[in-house]
Amino acid sequence: MAVSDTASSSSRKPIAEVVAGTLGRRKRAEVRFRAIGLGALILGIAFVGILFASILSKGLPAFWQATVNLEVYFDPEIIDVPEKPVQQADQSPAEFLQELQGWQRKLAFVNWNQIIQASLADVVPAAADNARDAIGMVASGERIRLRDMVMNDPSLIGQRREVALTAAANVDVWLKGNIDRSLPQASQQLSQLQQQWSDELYDRGVITMDFAWFIFTNTDSRSSPATAGLAGAFVGSFMMMLIVMFLAVPVGVMAAVYLEEFAPKNRWTDLVEVNINNLAAVPSIVFGLLGASIFINYLGLPLSAPLVGGLVLSLMALPTVIIAARASLRAVPPSIRQAALGVGASPMQAMFHHTLPVAVPGMLTGAIISIAQALGETAPLLLIGMNAFVASVPSSPMDQSSALPVQIYLWQGNELRNFFEARTSAAIIVLLALMICLNALAIYLRHRFERRW
Amino acid sequence: MNTLIVIVVALVFLSFFYQLGLTRSKSIQSASGRRLHSRPGHYGMMVVLWCLIPAVVVYVAWMIVEPMIATSIVNSFIPPDVAADSGEVIRSTQRIESLVSGFGVAGEVQPYERAAAEQLSTFNTIARLALVVMVAAAGVAGALFARSRISPTMRARNEVEGFIKIVLIACSVIAILTTVGIVLSMLGEALRFFTYINPIDFFFGTTWNPRFSTTGSSNQGEFGLLPLLWGTIMITVIAMLVAVPIGLMSAVYLSEYAGPKLRFFAKPILEVLAGIPTIVYGFFALVAVGPFFSGIGEMIGFDIQATSAVTAGVVMGIMIIPFVSSLSDDIISQVPKAMHDGSLGLGATKSETIRKVILPAALPGIVGAFLLAVSRAIGETMIVVLAAGNSPVLTANPFDAVSTVTVTIVNQLTGDVDFASPQSLVAFALGLTLFVITLGLNVVALHIVRKYREQYE
Repeated sequence: MAVSDTASSSSRKPIAEVVAGTLGRRKRAEVRFRAIGLGALILGIAFVGILFASILSKGLPAFWQATVNLEVYFDPEIIDVPEKPVQQADQSPAEFLQELQGWQRKLAFVNWNQIIQASLADVVPAAADNARDAIGMVASGERIRLRDMVMNDPSLIGQRREVALTAAANVDVWLKGNIDRSLPQASQQLSQLQQQWSDELYDRGVITMDFAWFIFTNTDSRSSPATAGLAGAFVGSFMMMLIVMFLAVPVGVMAAVYLEEFAPKNRWTDLVEVNINNLAAVPSIVFGLLGASIFINYLGLPLSAPLVGGLVLSLMALPTVIIAARASLRAVPPSIRQAALGVGASPMQAMFHHTLPVAVPGMLTGAIISIAQALGETAPLLLIGMNAFVASVPSSPMDQSSALPVQIYLWQGNELRNFFEARTSAAIIVLLALMICLNALAIYLRHRFERRW
Repeated sequence: MNTLIVIVVALVFLSFFYQLGLTRSKSIQSASGRRLHSRPGHYGMMVVLWCLIPAVVVYVAWMIVEPMIATSIVNSFIPPDVAADSGEVIRSTQRIESLVSGFGVAGEVQPYERAAAEQLSTFNTIARLALVVMVAAAGVAGALFARSRISPTMRARNEVEGFIKIVLIACSVIAILTTVGIVLSMLGEALRFFTYINPIDFFFGTTWNPRFSTTGSSNQGEFGLLPLLWGTIMITVIAMLVAVPIGLMSAVYLSEYAGPKLRFFAKPILEVLAGIPTIVYGFFALVAVGPFFSGIGEMIGFDIQATSAVTAGVVMGIMIIPFVSSLSDDIISQVPKAMHDGSLGLGATKSETIRKVILPAALPGIVGAFLLAVSRAIGETMIVVLAAGNSPVLTANPFDAVSTVTVTIVNQLTGDVDFASPQSLVAFALGLTLFVITLGLNVVALHIVRKYREQYE
């Protein structure tokens, strides 16, 4: 008895002791493991924070742009052009166009720099003698704006007008302090006179920091970086989004309807299903190769056109749309379908009158998310030539155009680094804002129409 | 005529024919006193389809034939001395077309141009009229024929639904056609590339130096795949080293430790990373991460380039975190609760349960998820284009600049290169390689994930 007692207690005791002895270590391991998990989570969230903070801090100032507010005198002695031609009764449209273009050419040859210099000399007299420095204060694209003002309204000649001229990129960077002011004069992009004028005019309130609306209304510009805007890229992206919306979404939904409801379950449809899953994971650049080889090389569609971009992005978005649509069709309870069939509806009627309407909100969310993805895609667009420089807003999907993500790619490679780094971040902010809007819409729709069965 | 007006007119006609079928079927029903096979709407739709399909067929056929006739008319007027020069022919054809449009041309109009323009504009008028008449005739004839077929026994619904089904099938075939298109287009161009370059030199070459040789020169440059593949692998490994621990551990923490509140906020925030366009990551790598790393390198006296495999890999890893975490989360939650509870009941701590029970049980699924993440990393383009430095050399140092398959595809196809030269055709050979690698990874990964999911059901 006693023997067995001691034996059992001696055999039991070590186990309890062993457990108790390891308990501290195990608890520490537990705490450590948990801390690692929390650390990983915090790190992941921190990455989101760092990413957004760095983009916002760089990009937000770029929405405010130095502007020189001058009273411009449209001097008739400098703008020495005849009357604007009017179409005569016996003139064919082609002849009138030729005459009008001749007039416009004369207008373009006017020395607009001299007008800007004279206007600047009104506020800083020294500008009258330093033409080069004076012209360098204002973005070079503003000459074209002045020309367009006269072209649209020839009666301006001889008048004085208050015009807010966008300052040159270097002036903007100088005033924002993004240039190291202590650098030796030889390596400064702004001449000493211009630096002095910039600071002086800024103090006097002639140069102000205005909200740069033109970022949304101007197109990209090579000769005048300060006035470069996003309008062309915006319209191009919008057109491609429309194409994806009207091609990928209906086709994807119909394909999902067929595969989920009508397709016989055999080898062939199994192949289709595997194929769609694989297609969803194919690298996006491969779709660019497809576009370059089939749409451009074989079918001869124009390079850089939103139409081709939209087609490529549609093919890319299609599998995602199909997968999302199938998932939301599958989520519809079979009782709805069976009830419809039970009262005599054909399978097609049950589908289109009963199942599909219930599944639409889910499909919509999936569609919006895949459109948002397509909107942010860059790589395939590079291969179909959408990284070309385009200085006009496309008016049809066959015109040359850029797209928002491609514009970001183009700007980040601009040689005017310290100006375009901010401008690129600004473009990224616009793109991210669009993405957030689309995703928020998707989340709203999900919450608004979500039904649990 | 404006396209919009044409569409509106067509819609008005179609709705008229729909009404035609509808009223006809209703009147037949009331006249014969018998129940129709289908709903009246089906008869309406049937008439519309019988109108639409012949009209579209005629329209498409005419659109193919008409330009041929117009070209032959213009060509018959062009005098032989102009016809000798193909550039001159194109120019004079354009002038004739702008004369026809009524816009006029600048400069003297040649008599033959005027004659051709007159002839062409008569033809255009006739052609337009003929098109309208033929399309309308085809549509109306079809619709009338369909109307005459309406009877109580006529199965209009089956006909309409058969048509819809064909449309549905056509839509699902597009996905297959896309794959076929990808394979065929890349295969065709890649085979053309291999007529210039020996495949063995391509797949096993260790030098990447695609000289932009002048046409006709025998020196085509060297196209060795290995340096690009090596760069891709290096960046992918770095990306996985970042993404796997962070993604997996945050999935574990979220599913096992976190309260519902933290889960509610943290999960969507992590998923934001997946929605950010890759070009944004590329820019972030270029302006923030690259300088950060080279700054650290300067501090410890080690040369780290701002654009390097490490920069691209780390940023790509950040991009993949939500991908790894959401897939792992799915798989972890698939592990039956009984296993989890059993382990806790035996006295194991939570972390022991996770490490010794849940993770081993979920391992195959997690491996599948990792493979999917790897295939995504291999195909990623914009981050590496901006941040990897584009230097196609075999280097073992991750702090050096490298190049990848995707970067090279972009570089080879975005310059001003002749589409038929090996310098641009190589992009398709590279694309095919990339496609095959990612396809293999995806197939294996999807297979593992699928098979594993079925285990516990």
